[in-house]
Amino acid sequence: MSVRRIFARPARFAAIAPYIWMVLFFLVPFGFVLKISLSQTAIAQPPYVPVFDLTQGFAAIKAAFAALSLDDFRLLVSDDLYVLSYLRSLVVAAVSTSILLLVGYPIAYGMARLPRKWQGVAMMLVIVPFWTSFLIRIYAWINILQHDGLLNQILLGLHLVSTPVVWLSTDSAMYLGIVYSYLPFMILPLYATLAKMEPSLLEAASDLGASPLQAFWLVTFPLSLPGVAAGVLLCFIPIVGEFVIPDLLAGSDSLMIGQTLWLEFFTNKDWPVASAAAVLLLVLLLAPLLFYDRLQRRQLEGAR
Amino acid sequence: MTEDGAKIVVDADSAQAEPQADAIPAKEPVPATPELPVIAPDMPLLRIDGVVKKFGGVHAVNRLSLDIRAGEFFALLGPSGCGKTTLLRMLAGFETPDEGQILLDGKDIAQVLPHERPVNMMFQNYALFPHLSVRDNIAFGLKRARMPRADISTRVSEMIALVKLEGLEKRKPDQLSGGQRQRVALARSLARRPRVLLLDEPLAALDKKLRESTQHELTELQRRLGMTFIIVTHDQEEAMTMADRIGVMDAGHLEQVATPRKLYEAPHSRWVAEFVGDVNLFEGEVGPAEGTRLAITTRDAGTIIAAAPHDPVTKPQVCVAVRPEKIKLSRRGPATDADHAQSINRLEGIVTDVSYLGGFTTYKVKLDTGAVVRSSMANTARLDMDAYNATQRVVAWFTPDDCVVLQQ
Repeated sequence: MSVRRIFARPARFAAIAPYIWMVLFFLVPFGFVLKISLSQTAIAQPPYVPVFDLTQGFAAIKAAFAALSLDDFRLLVSDDLYVLSYLRSLVVAAVSTSILLLVGYPIAYGMARLPRKWQGVAMMLVIVPFWTSFLIRIYAWINILQHDGLLNQILLGLHLVSTPVVWLSTDSAMYLGIVYSYLPFMILPLYATLAKMEPSLLEAASDLGASPLQAFWLVTFPLSLPGVAAGVLLCFIPIVGEFVIPDLLAGSDSLMIGQTLWLEFFTNKDWPVASAAAVLLLVLLLAPLLFYDRLQRRQLEGAR
Repeated sequence: MTEDGAKIVVDADSAQAEPQADAIPAKEPVPATPELPVIAPDMPLLRIDGVVKKFGGVHAVNRLSLDIRAGEFFALLGPSGCGKTTLLRMLAGFETPDEGQILLDGKDIAQVLPHERPVNMMFQNYALFPHLSVRDNIAFGLKRARMPRADISTRVSEMIALVKLEGLEKRKPDQLSGGQRQRVALARSLARRPRVLLLDEPLAALDKKLRESTQHELTELQRRLGMTFIIVTHDQEEAMTMADRIGVMDAGHLEQVATPRKLYEAPHSRWVAEFVGDVNLFEGEVGPAEGTRLAITTRDAGTIIAAAPHDPVTKPQVCVAVRPEKIKLSRRGPATDADHAQSINRLEGIVTDVSYLGGFTTYKVKLDTGAVVRSSMANTARLDMDAYNATQRVVAWFTPDDCVVLQQ
């Protein structure tokens, strides 16, 4: 089919548009990053070798290909700095996602049980903070958490502590920031699955002798698992690569992979290592995505 | 007469007025309503006593009292919003009455939580757990009752056989047809062997053919298990087919509690007469009684001779109800018989509308007074040369025993 004919049919174009988008804005840039990750750093412009120059002819391109190597990936897996960064990222993401689930589930559950007319209001309340810039909200937290900030003033005022507590540059502050920022991403998919659940299912459970707690564990929770999976992925994946929140709120003694990547790229000017770190991160994150995909497939099969 | 006698016993504790037993015309073909041999015990299985439920100041159920005996198939019939579902939900425990008592085996369960009641419900939308297989759905209630594993397995298999779902045990609800889901819901609600099974419009989601066969199966199942069923329905045919007794509800209270036949042939009020089945109503003034006959002067149909009701007529204004199939059409009226000539009601008019419905045909007859009377007659012969056509002049006639005199 010719390109002209594809574009002549809007419906067909709509079907392939996402793929065009993916190729242009994901696959092509990813190809660049992958190529850089296989290059070596150099004091040059751009700061790596080899550079493919299509004007130099076939032999030059062949030589450039031969110059590509996996050295940077070897460095990543052998150097503690990177291994620890990856581990810390995964741990921070796992802990934050667990906290998010524990905080978000009751909120979503409560929202789904509100009278219909109040559900919209509750949804607004969850979303409205997003109308303010993300950076401004994180800076506001710095303000609240600093030495003479609002939190310490309240704690001192209530005589809960006698001297100001150090909040900033701690993991607690970072977790607070992450949970605060990502909460809507956890609440909304959970709310969506909980709100569409038939209330008669809970009545049936209680009619058949299940206490309210049993009804929750045997009916509500299993049926909300798709929402749990969606919320967990929506939070876990971006948190692994999170850069701003740990940079602004956490201490500088241990870094998440996003921060390490930033350092390599902007401070060390080592584009190949930074690129390799990015590629490896993507590969790491493919695992949970594939798992989610399988889960969804299973559900679709179950629904048939 | 023995049949009618038995029916009086059925209603003995419903505290409702008894219409005359012999008001039921013996010559009419009576649909064979299977009736349980009924013995009225002292204490009913379920006694609903003065129950009130308000939603935002509106009475959904208003001072309602009702007794239901063990082994009975009872139907709550009424238009939507009459409070029948609210009443059922109070029996299940999903709503708590504002006032009154619900006594099950003599114990008040009005405030007992649903999961602690020996009562199960079959939901209108079935409410099957979508994440559990047929087997696990049915076993759900048994597991909550901490029944030993082996017993659960036996009971579930029994239930699956009972509702004929063999081979589908591992399916999930959304892999079943509507009829199969209905069976799973039934098996699940029966598995715990409840003292009372509540059924909320259980057949509403099925198509007509399946509904009819399921009605029959439900009745048969209830007889076999000897369980007490309370069904809520807005479909009077469904209620009449299945139930031993029907409670007709309107605006939060019971209008009448009776066997299907009595409800139809001897309604207590104009509302019941109009709600259950089709009816011709003639308003009029009561004249002097002559023995068992009353003369009622109506505007629409002249003077109607009707059988006097069991209760003495206290109001001058009454309403005469005649079912369409009790009104017969003929060209010249019935042959005059010296003994009965006086008492047969004859109305003359012109046929305006004929609807052929297969088993029977309904006619609309415009009387000379201007009123319209509906008559329906069974098509007993395949080739009916004498069928009436529109514009034909006819005599519509009925006997005094075909009339029900309604005072409210």
